[in-house]
Amino acid sequence: MATNRERWQEAFDSSKLRDTPYETMSGIPLDPVYGPDDGEFPGQYPYTRGPYASMYRSKLWTMRMFAGFGTADDTNWRFKEIIKSGGTGLSTAFDMPTLLGIDSDDPMALGEVGRCGVAVDTLADMADLYRDIDLGEITTSMTINSPAAVIFAMFVAQAEQAGIARERLGGTLQNDILKEYQAQKEFVFPPRQSMRLVRDTIAFTAAEMPRWHSISISGYHIREAGSTAAEELAFTLANGFAYVELAKEAGLAVDSFAPRLSFFFNAHIDFFEEIAKYRAARRIWARWLKERYGAENERSMQLRFHTQTAGVSLTAQQPEVNIVRTAIEALAGVLGGTQSLHTNSMDEALALPTEKAARIALRTQQVIAHETNVAHVADPLGGSDYVEALTDEMERRAEALFAELDEMGDGSMLEGAIRGIEENWFQGKIADSAFELERKLNKGERITVGVNGFTDGNDDDQLELLKITNEDEQRQRKRLDVVRQDRDSDAVAAALARVKTEAADPEVNLMPALIDAVKTYATLGEIMHALEDEFGRHVEVPTI
Amino acid sequence: MHAGRILVAKVGLDGHDRGIKVVARILRDAGYEVIYTGLFQTPETVAAAAVDEDVDAVGLSMLSGAHMTLAPLVVEAIRARGADIPVIVGGIVPDSDLDELAAAGVGTVLTPGATADEIVASVGRALAGAQ
Repeated sequence: MATNRERWQEAFDSSKLRDTPYETMSGIPLDPVYGPDDGEFPGQYPYTRGPYASMYRSKLWTMRMFAGFGTADDTNWRFKEIIKSGGTGLSTAFDMPTLLGIDSDDPMALGEVGRCGVAVDTLADMADLYRDIDLGEITTSMTINSPAAVIFAMFVAQAEQAGIARERLGGTLQNDILKEYQAQKEFVFPPRQSMRLVRDTIAFTAAEMPRWHSISISGYHIREAGSTAAEELAFTLANGFAYVELAKEAGLAVDSFAPRLSFFFNAHIDFFEEIAKYRAARRIWARWLKERYGAENERSMQLRFHTQTAGVSLTAQQPEVNIVRTAIEALAGVLGGTQSLHTNSMDEALALPTEKAARIALRTQQVIAHETNVAHVADPLGGSDYVEALTDEMERRAEALFAELDEMGDGSMLEGAIRGIEENWFQGKIADSAFELERKLNKGERITVGVNGFTDGNDDDQLELLKITNEDEQRQRKRLDVVRQDRDSDAVAAALARVKTEAADPEVNLMPALIDAVKTYATLGEIMHALEDEFGRHVEVPTI
Repeated sequence: MHAGRILVAKVGLDGHDRGIKVVARILRDAGYEVIYTGLFQTPETVAAAAVDEDVDAVGLSMLSGAHMTLAPLVVEAIRARGADIPVIVGGIVPDSDLDELAAAGVGTVLTPGATADEIVASVGRALAGAQ
């Protein structure tokens, strides 16, 4: 009977490795992992110590910097800068109108175009966004949720026009609508109708795009909205279970789509709690997928995740100190075994990052990756009594919240997630936790440097900030005008009519109709209106 | 007797409501009666609600960079109804925008890191100044 170590060694030996000396600065040789022979090893169920046997010795995490501002041209330029600086993946931030499926010339978009991300109205913008970037080589992540299916249709159509086959496209669509109702609040359609669009994208990618991650189940925004780490862990995984049940209900075999589900977690400032959170997440996901959902493929059980350092941990006061916070948070993500990482820029409590601030943020990852040697050993904190105890406790707290949701959904995590939203269960818990943290800060029970402690020098810093002007908004409106005038309006009308008809029939997969519609240069807003005619709109009951 | 009635609102498309909910609770704990409009309001709907509810102040939470466009429109819409209700903006507002906001009629701006005590104090000052 082989020991765990022997089984791990076999898997490790068959992995391709990066060519770099695995030793400390003083020349002490380092094992790929440490632990007792019969303990758990990385790449072994339930994957507490990492999804792969060789972890970063095979491949460092993807340095995936999130960017987007102004027009598609502006962002395309920033993307090329990121690639030139050594970024290894792209991640697109869309502006508020795009996130809500509204065109740049809609009156509701006034003042918001291009501010928090890039404006994408039509396929023409999508083509500008990724112009001269080989989407068959570099992987792309798109942070979009309510209109995710439509934006994804544009991405697929754009790649097709650039001559890149669907099966070569690698990347991630965020497409996590549940957390929108719970936390980020960029929702359009009611939850059940939105889930139909998610189902359609899962089925489409499972059939046609083997390298594509159909959903990035996102705790990031849940945490930013104010949850605790344990709530972030529990709500995110619960949402993941809901998507699994959704796809299973649609008739898909769990192993046909689960390997393409990915996760997105926050890296907040409480270093060890964050590491414990990632370790617990892998263990819980593996167990649920195997025991509750019947997965047999190991890939279905291996939780893989992107990490972003905590935007809310950044302060407008003494903004250079944010570089330190981000470095500590990024290190937690790496020690927790993340597959990809975005590091926030020091100026993000004030504005979108300048190029210089964004470069320092990327350099922070490169210092961790190439100078500190922390990537030499997998799960370096595994076996620490402290970290193991925190991991167990995070798991216990998450399981307690799952039990509540399971009961709310009468044995269905999918129903539990939707009812939890409809009954403000998630929203209330998140708001309570946000207020509790604020109370601790106000009473001085927690210190934030520059905010309620060590405030000397708060007025000394004047960073140069990125300005998005109203001219960018005007340029985008003009661009949209030109596209509207140049297109075949009969073709647009026919394509929109088909979207509406197919939206009315829940048996149909909407992706083909959406792809055809975007090819006529129907706008995002027009397609969303066609869908809204059938789906209706979600209105949240305001509560404080 | 409460300290005053305040309407808090999210104008535009920005759904980040952590800050506004925390501020609403802080003000409520400080004795204010707080009305929250919910998300995705227009300057017109906020002004109408503020006048209908006869509030003493309006608090806008703005994090998406649209404050220079939307905050002045809220002030104008309130004035167009013949009312004079102080408008307070909280959120991500660079110092360089403060003079222009003041000129547009936004007297008080609370930026990230404002403590609960500072929030309560500055709302108190805004109400005192309006009387």
